[in-house]
Amino acid sequence: MANVEARDLTARPPGLRRRRFLDASFLVWGAVATLVGLGTLAALVLGLWADGGSRLNAQFFFSFPSSNPAMAGILSSWVGSLLVILTTAAIAIPLGALAGIYLEEYAPKNRVTSAIEIAVNNLAGVPSILYGLLALGLFVQALAMGQTILVAGLTLALLILPVIIVATREAVRGVPHDIRQAALALGATKWRTTQDHVLPYALPGMVTGVIIGLSRAIGETAPLILVGGLTFVAFLPVHAPGEPLSYTVGRVDEYGAAIDPDEMVAVHLARGGAVHTPEGAELAVAPGATVEAPAGSLVETTATFADAAQSWAPWHWLGEAFTVMPIQMFNWTSRPEEAFRDAAAAAGLVLLAITLLMNGVAIWLRARLRRKIRW
Amino acid sequence: MDKMVLKRVAPAFAAALALAFAAGGLSACGPGGGQKAKSSGVQTVRVDGSSTVFPLSEAAAEQFMAENSGRVRVTVGESGTGGGFAKFCRGETEVQDASRPILETEMATCRAADIPYVEIPIAFDGLTVVVHPSNPLNSVTIAQLKRVWEPQAEGQIMNWRQANPAWPNMPLQLFGAGTASGTFDFFTEAVVGTAKSSRTDFTPTEDDNVTVQGVATNPGAMGFFGIAYYEQNKQRLKALAIDAGAGPIAPNADTVAAGTYPLARPMFLYANANALRRPAVQQFVQFYVANAARIAPQVGYIPLPASAYETYAARVRDRTAGTAFGGHQDVGANIAEVLARPLAEAGAPPAP
Amino acid sequence: MEGVLFLAAAVAIAVLVGIVYVVLSESVKFFAAVPIGDFLTDTRWTPLFEDAHYGIAPLLSGTFMSTLVALAVAVPLGLLTAIYLSEFADARSRETIKPTLELLAGVPTVVYGYFALLMVTPLLQRLIPGLPGFNLLSAGIVMGLMIIPYIASLSEDALRAVPNNLRDGSYAMGATKLETAFRVVLPAAVSGVVGAVVLGMSRAVGETMIVVIAGGQQPQIVTSPTQQGATVTAFIAQVALGDLPFGTLEYQSIFAAGLALLLLTLVFNLVAFALHRRYREAY
Repeated sequence: MANVEARDLTARPPGLRRRRFLDASFLVWGAVATLVGLGTLAALVLGLWADGGSRLNAQFFFSFPSSNPAMAGILSSWVGSLLVILTTAAIAIPLGALAGIYLEEYAPKNRVTSAIEIAVNNLAGVPSILYGLLALGLFVQALAMGQTILVAGLTLALLILPVIIVATREAVRGVPHDIRQAALALGATKWRTTQDHVLPYALPGMVTGVIIGLSRAIGETAPLILVGGLTFVAFLPVHAPGEPLSYTVGRVDEYGAAIDPDEMVAVHLARGGAVHTPEGAELAVAPGATVEAPAGSLVETTATFADAAQSWAPWHWLGEAFTVMPIQMFNWTSRPEEAFRDAAAAAGLVLLAITLLMNGVAIWLRARLRRKIRW
Repeated sequence: MDKMVLKRVAPAFAAALALAFAAGGLSACGPGGGQKAKSSGVQTVRVDGSSTVFPLSEAAAEQFMAENSGRVRVTVGESGTGGGFAKFCRGETEVQDASRPILETEMATCRAADIPYVEIPIAFDGLTVVVHPSNPLNSVTIAQLKRVWEPQAEGQIMNWRQANPAWPNMPLQLFGAGTASGTFDFFTEAVVGTAKSSRTDFTPTEDDNVTVQGVATNPGAMGFFGIAYYEQNKQRLKALAIDAGAGPIAPNADTVAAGTYPLARPMFLYANANALRRPAVQQFVQFYVANAARIAPQVGYIPLPASAYETYAARVRDRTAGTAFGGHQDVGANIAEVLARPLAEAGAPPAP
Repeated sequence: MEGVLFLAAAVAIAVLVGIVYVVLSESVKFFAAVPIGDFLTDTRWTPLFEDAHYGIAPLLSGTFMSTLVALAVAVPLGLLTAIYLSEFADARSRETIKPTLELLAGVPTVVYGYFALLMVTPLLQRLIPGLPGFNLLSAGIVMGLMIIPYIASLSEDALRAVPNNLRDGSYAMGATKLETAFRVVLPAAVSGVVGAVVLGMSRAVGETMIVVIAGGQQPQIVTSPTQQGATVTAFIAQVALGDLPFGTLEYQSIFAAGLALLLLTLVFNLVAFALHRRYREAY
């Protein structure tokens, strides 16, 4: 047997001091790197605050845009952003999560799977403006879905889909195999295993992906302008009771003329109002009364509680025109008047606050979910 | 961990997905975007197009809606003159903002879709040539501008002195409108003589505030943009008077309105002549034309003579379709002469 | 259930096919008028000038340069941040810092653009005399700051997902925290980290507004980050929102540019995919 040199295993290994120093110094490097990001954020927020802080009052939140910068507000744009993001989340989260799970847990190794993988990886790199071109060509022109909240939400959903898929895959992949094997060994089906034993552990990572995706979507400008996001919208897609309402009744052509001039429509106005017939006659309608009006008549009334409630249903507002915060901001930064730039800065602060709020929800969710993870 | 959370979350996902697709399907089967809001719902007038005209339309829409206490809705977009015409000629908007006259390809598209339009020059903009305030120059001739901006100047005229020996000896830095903009087309046509004919070694910017920043921080800079941006930044910039042979004319409301300032350009509205049958559209466009003289100065533009607005109001009322420009940009067009021109593309007069 | 999952995944293909179709069908018209050879070899990109040249090289060089600068800023900073947060910071500061950093991804890019033009450029001009007021360096650095959260946050998730028994094993062998982080945890998480970097990079490649505002937009072949330049996306945005009539050759040039960008991302992704395959560790 060869001679083995005896070594004192309790002695300090060579170079330990240096290694310990490196270890300690990383605390500094890591902190510095982190601070660069945080410092940038602080500089941005302070800069925005200096310009826009004074605009942040109730008037700004509850006013429509205006050509007078002092009166301009973000009511229509924050409501629009909220509805668009809701739509985006409702489409992208389930779709992205299911796709990610499929690719990681179910997909057989075949050509279709690798085609999907290649597609996902490439979509992540496709610039947002190309999604805008896709939406314009497909949703707006080919499918004639109009330039609506639904189309905007769909466009952004497609845009952030790869982000959510990639994050889901990474999160699912991070779950140790023994957990799956234990569940399968106990006779659980594959979906049971995934649902009960893989997903719970993967959720924190998925939440991160979703939040990153949604924060991206909420700040996106270019594709929405292509799709037809408007800049000046001085009404909300949803109504409040008591708002004036006007509409044409009966079957009419593109320009509001009756298709069948003899068609009569019963108009019931709970709050009363007026009916202007195509002949130019004006009928006053008492509250609660019903009148017969020829097709093509213009009805002017006030929204009832039921009208208002109905307008809050998704199928109503999904088809409405929209504006969103980044579009409003984009417009304000390019206006000649300095005061519009203050409004833009204030809008930027609000966008950040919305992102902060979303992140707050995510922290809470992530912390809650992570606390349960023990392996 | 909580299966519970997941059990609650998963069906919600599924429900949301189903809802989204159902809604998508519904709206896809429904009437196209062009015919929305026709049989019921609030009366809506849709305006889209040039971002240059946007402030004017925004102000008009705002004031019109205030007068109507919300009974008619007006939306204004800014997808560019080209993007706007694409929607206008599909019938998705009733009113189009344009920073240039309708061009031949767009005339063809609208013709194919059977969309006649009433052309309304709505206000003037004065393209303003600006330099750094420290620059001793006060005026410039069109010929001198051409020498600076023409394609042959590329890589050659790099110092003010090279363009004119009397000019200061400092490096020349050029800033201009984005090359896809109507402003760029107009400037090159007015100065060099052919639209889009320009040297390429300048800094093009889409956002005129960026041009302001570039010129205000570079002593050797020259740039151009709409007069509103100059008016708002007078203390940081110096505007040059332009000499087109009749002596130097400074850009201001009077010279532009009088038609003596050489770089004045009209901005346009195009109204769908069929849609003008809808009272809401007719009322809005009438309001716009009647109040343009008052609104234009509020957003930095210069109104047309009152008689022009009267003529256009009559054309809107009678839905007199057609363009007076024949599908081309027209530099230095005099508004009185434009008014007298016959209209091309009038098509059949829309049925009453 | 598997069928539903498959359909969800197949949407990705449909979307990609849709984008490729939209871009390709318009590009075909463009390439009917412009020889592909000119597109690839011409060194000038002036489709909107009377003397039109259609060489994509200047735009690609602008995209490359700004992305390179952005990655040079974001990869080290993002990775250090991720390792710091995952392996060194205590849970409380991690749970505060990480979401705060994610806010960087939520700042509207117009704000970043003006930040680059009005704050970073003047600062750089003090360090680099003669730096022009519009340059890709400033735009790239700010872009890098913007993508830090993409790289930091997703990398941190990947690092945290590495099972603790790997760390314990490493400590048991006498390794320090730092050695464990760099030699055990990071290699184990490399597939997630590469994914995060690719995501950050694609965001940089696709970024529009920062370059439009601070980068100068003059299409020229860029050899140094201190030059001004235009990127592919900046050009597309400029034309898409400009006043050009639809359907003209000038307008179709954006689809050709988009196609070039699509191919570029394809190449990036193949490289990333190869790296990913090679270094992926199963545990």
